Amino acid sequence: MYTTELDDNKKKPATVPSAPEDPVRLAAFEARVAADDFIEPKDWMPEAYRKTLIRQISQHAHSEIVGMLPEGNWITRAPSLRRKAVLLAKVQDEGGHGLYLYAAAETLGTSRDEMIEALHSGRAKYSTIFNYPTLTWADIGAIGWLVDGAAIMNQVPLQRTSYGPYARAMVRICKEESFHQRQGYEIMMTLAAGTAEQKRMAQSALDRWWWPSLMMFGPPDDNSPNSAQSMRWRIKRETNDQIRQKFIDVTVPQAEAIDLQVPDPALKWNETRGSYDFGEIDWEEFYAVVRGEGPLAKERMNARVKAWEEGAWVREAAMAHADKRRVRAAAE
Amino acid sequence: MSDKALFEYACRLGDDSLILGQRLSEWCGHAPMLEIDLSLANIGLDLIGQATHFLKLAGDVEGKGRDADALAFRRDVLDFRNCLLVEQPNGDFAQTIARQFLFSNWQELLFRDLTRSRNETIAAIAAKAVKEVAYHTRFADEWMVRLGDGTDESRGRIAAGLDWMWRFVDELFEVDAAIAPLIAAGIGADVRALRTEWDARVAKTLADATLELPKPRRATLGGRAGHHSEHLGHLLSEMQFLQRAYPGATW
Amino acid sequence: MSKEWPLWEVFVRAKNGLAHKHVGSVHAADGRMAIEAARDTYTRRMEGISLWVVPSASIVASDPNDAGELFEPAADKVYRHPTFYSIPDHIKNI
Repeated sequence: MYTTELDDNKKKPATVPSAPEDPVRLAAFEARVAADDFIEPKDWMPEAYRKTLIRQISQHAHSEIVGMLPEGNWITRAPSLRRKAVLLAKVQDEGGHGLYLYAAAETLGTSRDEMIEALHSGRAKYSTIFNYPTLTWADIGAIGWLVDGAAIMNQVPLQRTSYGPYARAMVRICKEESFHQRQGYEIMMTLAAGTAEQKRMAQSALDRWWWPSLMMFGPPDDNSPNSAQSMRWRIKRETNDQIRQKFIDVTVPQAEAIDLQVPDPALKWNETRGSYDFGEIDWEEFYAVVRGEGPLAKERMNARVKAWEEGAWVREAAMAHADKRRVRAAAE
Repeated sequence: MSDKALFEYACRLGDDSLILGQRLSEWCGHAPMLEIDLSLANIGLDLIGQATHFLKLAGDVEGKGRDADALAFRRDVLDFRNCLLVEQPNGDFAQTIARQFLFSNWQELLFRDLTRSRNETIAAIAAKAVKEVAYHTRFADEWMVRLGDGTDESRGRIAAGLDWMWRFVDELFEVDAAIAPLIAAGIGADVRALRTEWDARVAKTLADATLELPKPRRATLGGRAGHHSEHLGHLLSEMQFLQRAYPGATW
Repeated sequence: MSKEWPLWEVFVRAKNGLAHKHVGSVHAADGRMAIEAARDTYTRRMEGISLWVVPSASIVASDPNDAGELFEPAADKVYRHPTFYSIPDHIKNI
């Protein structure tokens, strides 16, 4: 899954460099990026680029890890052995994606522990979508279909992002994600064709996940402070509104195909634009969730902190044992 | 050889894997380290796969139209045939590792034996699964050593985890009237014959872990006859929720 | 706070005949754990049949600032490439 820039638009852009960069190196760097060359870990890069990347990649990693929780909520209750295995494998994939991304960020001079500390202290953000609850089994379908669908759309262009380790992580992630959306839609399809109760579940899930999914693409372009620079640096490759429109255009027919109603009375095909017109997104809600006011924000963070703190003795023990082995090997 | 005995045996094999797989899946998203999260999920997936094969066999043998899902999601506690060890709660990471250590070492020997089963399906499932379980054993053995020979805290915790699980060991090596004929027919494994090797493996790893072998104690039995701990009922009520709440629905 | 588990670089051989290729990294307290973490992270989809893990701290990398002196001198040694030599078309098997 994924994140997008999550900074409150009321704050000033976080990418103002602390010291002026060497103009010659900066120009050479900008030229390389403009020519779609990749930047690798040991290459010179402007501090602002490094900081923006660390923030973006770690937010992305955090989103994967926190994103394990809403779906993890249904692994033990999955309704068949096949669904259970698929969901466990999928949530495990999200963990793997978090792992690849943390590693990519680590090449920029931060550590996983530092990033996790930033998440737990509330300094780092993660995708707002994971602060919504998974109420019924259909929510697992909706997450795969909508949330992963939105994620894929945002992530595919990032395979060509300018920072090599990030781009390589994204290639691996996109390859693995390809089954996630399909399994989600398959669940929705099955429910939509099932009993009246199942169909109600499916519709309710679409009702509740539709708008948060649209918010996943981030604030509108005219309200997205870092967008221009991120586009120039190839850290971002399409604007928030462009990808959002693309998502709506492909998803609406998928909903229609299984006879589910997209919960937007303003939704209407626009012949001239060749796209759907859609209703106003509640950005107040978006920014509230970014600020940590999402329905399950506290539960999600508590779960992460609990796992981390309760695991501390395990991590310490493994290091203590490795140290003992080293000492013993040296003595031999 | 009655189909009833084979059904019973396939349920035992399948339920062991199913219940432990379910337990391990509870860890997903909550492990001490991301890498461990991925490893536990892999072990869980292997077990759920084994359960699917064995329970399908059980359903086929029974011939009443029950498939693996019907057996997994629509039997009640008295009809579950897993050993008591696998239904024990995860506890902390040490308790989970202690359970895995005792069980995987046993399951590996069991499946190695079952690769020679006269029942072709069982032999085929075991041949695939024995490699999976060899990895589970390796993973659990190594963590036993890290935790036993790690810090004072980890040592205390793994000793406590082992102590929790130890009373359920004897059940793994129990042969009752229900499966005795299968052993005689070369279909089931004589688990009694696996004890010496299991004891040696466990003793070796515990020595590496600088842990003492727990004192022998009165065995707690009953899982194979459906007489489970209180934990299984809660596990089932969670696992079976959807199938119970919406009978007849397709998922 | 306890010491962080070190980082290991992971290399996977997709099949015999191919070289190990860098695929990513894992954190692990020791080498065996690193192999298992690499197996559980990077070979879940039959990506490999052999693994190497190397402590990231043990990798010595060239400095991009030295790229000029290290790699550019090779650029004009065109005579190292077979196409440098002109042989008439009718001469075969060379």
